[in-house]
Amino acid sequence: MSTVTLASKRRRSALRTLAFMSPWLIGFGVFFAYPMISTVYFSFMHYDGFKPPTWSGTKNWTYVFENYPLFWPALRNTLWLVVVMVSLRVAFGLGVGLLITKIKTGTGVFRTLFYLPYLAPPVAATMAFAFLLNPGTGPVNSILEKVGIPAPGWFNDPAWSKPALTLLALWGIGDLMVIFMAALLDVPKEQYEAAELDGASAWQRFRFVTLPNISPIVMFAVVTGVIAAMQSYTQPLIAGKVASGVIQGAGTQFEPGYPDKSTLTLPQLVYNLGFQRFDYGSACVVALVLFVLSMVFTAFLMRRRGGLIQAGD
Amino acid sequence: MTQVLDKPAELAVTTSPAERTARRKALLEWVAVHALGVAAALFFVLPFVFVFLTSLMSDSQALSRDLIPHTWEWGNYKKVFDTPGFLTWWKNTLLYAGAGTVLSVVSSIPVAYALAKFRFRGRNLSLMLVISMMMLPPQVVIIPMYLFWAKQLDLSGTLWPLIIPMAFGDAFTIFLLRQFLMTIPNEYLDAAKVDGCGDLRTLLKVVLPMARPGIAAVALFQFFYAWNDYFGPQIYASENPGAWTLSYGLESFKGAHHTDWNLTMAATVLVMAPVILVFFFAQKAFVEGVTLTGVKG
Repeated sequence: MSTVTLASKRRRSALRTLAFMSPWLIGFGVFFAYPMISTVYFSFMHYDGFKPPTWSGTKNWTYVFENYPLFWPALRNTLWLVVVMVSLRVAFGLGVGLLITKIKTGTGVFRTLFYLPYLAPPVAATMAFAFLLNPGTGPVNSILEKVGIPAPGWFNDPAWSKPALTLLALWGIGDLMVIFMAALLDVPKEQYEAAELDGASAWQRFRFVTLPNISPIVMFAVVTGVIAAMQSYTQPLIAGKVASGVIQGAGTQFEPGYPDKSTLTLPQLVYNLGFQRFDYGSACVVALVLFVLSMVFTAFLMRRRGGLIQAGD
Repeated sequence: MTQVLDKPAELAVTTSPAERTARRKALLEWVAVHALGVAAALFFVLPFVFVFLTSLMSDSQALSRDLIPHTWEWGNYKKVFDTPGFLTWWKNTLLYAGAGTVLSVVSSIPVAYALAKFRFRGRNLSLMLVISMMMLPPQVVIIPMYLFWAKQLDLSGTLWPLIIPMAFGDAFTIFLLRQFLMTIPNEYLDAAKVDGCGDLRTLLKVVLPMARPGIAAVALFQFFYAWNDYFGPQIYASENPGAWTLSYGLESFKGAHHTDWNLTMAATVLVMAPVILVFFFAQKAFVEGVTLTGVKG
């Protein structure tokens, strides 16, 4: 008797879980599992969207890795952004977070001002920076030249285009500032008092009290930053387009990664191969490279220290 | 700004010499911190200021190196609104963002609730898959998704391929809501059960009212995701200017007005402004959302 009710209870609870999870289960199948499998399938096919796909073995793979002139520059640029942009973003975000916890007057005003750029839509923010950093008429170079600093070519110079993208990323630091601020305010006050009694300097207090307490958040910021940097798409694309002065629809073909491939990133290659060259098979190869890289860092995010994002009880 | 720089009253009071040096040190630190704060504020605010000032310049002045408009050309904003398509982009963006937000929040709530409060086999695996989906660049699955929507369903040139998937739970929304629902004590759910509430009633009558701040946060994030999205409209809507959104249209606007920085910056201001306006009305929800993204499990 009691085993029967237990079994039916179990079945009811399984049905209930299934019912609540069903939107996502369907979404997972249709918008994730099926296209994922298709991406792998197409990476071995020759397909231009018109003639039916034909088996091409590893041809797309060797094409992307050996003959597609944009792949390695894009990978190198992506790694540059991952290493330089992410470390600067985390350092700057922590710095601004620390600063805002020290500001005692007008805190709300400062916090709002620091946060606002994070909200600027990426296309609008990039257009704004392409204008601000425009070597010809941009206000930044006007000011730099007035004070006698040699003005760089920013988005028009291959050596400066990635630093310019980094500057744009630093401008939108608001989310990291909020996360760091929350973490910094959570550090137990007694630890600072104890350190001060022991005669610790400001740097020592930061190094031995603050940093250990907030290290999970630093790690979280690094890993999510790496994942975001690897996905850089809109900002480098718009910056390159605006800086190159391309006029849409006027028969001018935009040179991807302007200037000199310096703003190419991996996601841009998927677009270039799939939607400009209609080589869906090779586009899927790049998509899979992107997938593997993202999943490596996501796995790191979930496993590190028993999970930066905890599964719960 | 002057009020910001006022020094705290207690710094003015002095007593013993030892206390005085301590006070002087505190004052120095106060000055240093606030000077740094002002410097940082300039870095964050000046881009907005220059963009706004340029949006008010005359055509010829926008091509010069001047920083401040000679004449304030408020008519630039009217010109932007009169540009063919601009109002359509607004309408499309509101449709994409509005419908997308409602659909994703409504379909994500039960999923997030199950992940936060039900105990079942495969729960941790499901959560890991949700996080993986959240971290996945959209480009990874775009080829088959495009072929599916455009070739099989013939929906390219519309925003439906971006809106319809929102009815099946959005990974980011699910994750954030789940983080929020974890903070609601189980005692409330148990009490509802004792009172004879079923799961659905508990969710609707007990959990949802308590989850309002979390729901507001994810709704805002979802709304701005659609508002800011460039890649989605580029893939599905680019061939049909009648389906362009603000983010996609803004880029083409620069293409059509390639020398008119003043009009381009006026359009940029108009795309940024709603986001910033909404922020001032819903600051708490934003900050709530940002803190939910990380940190506490």
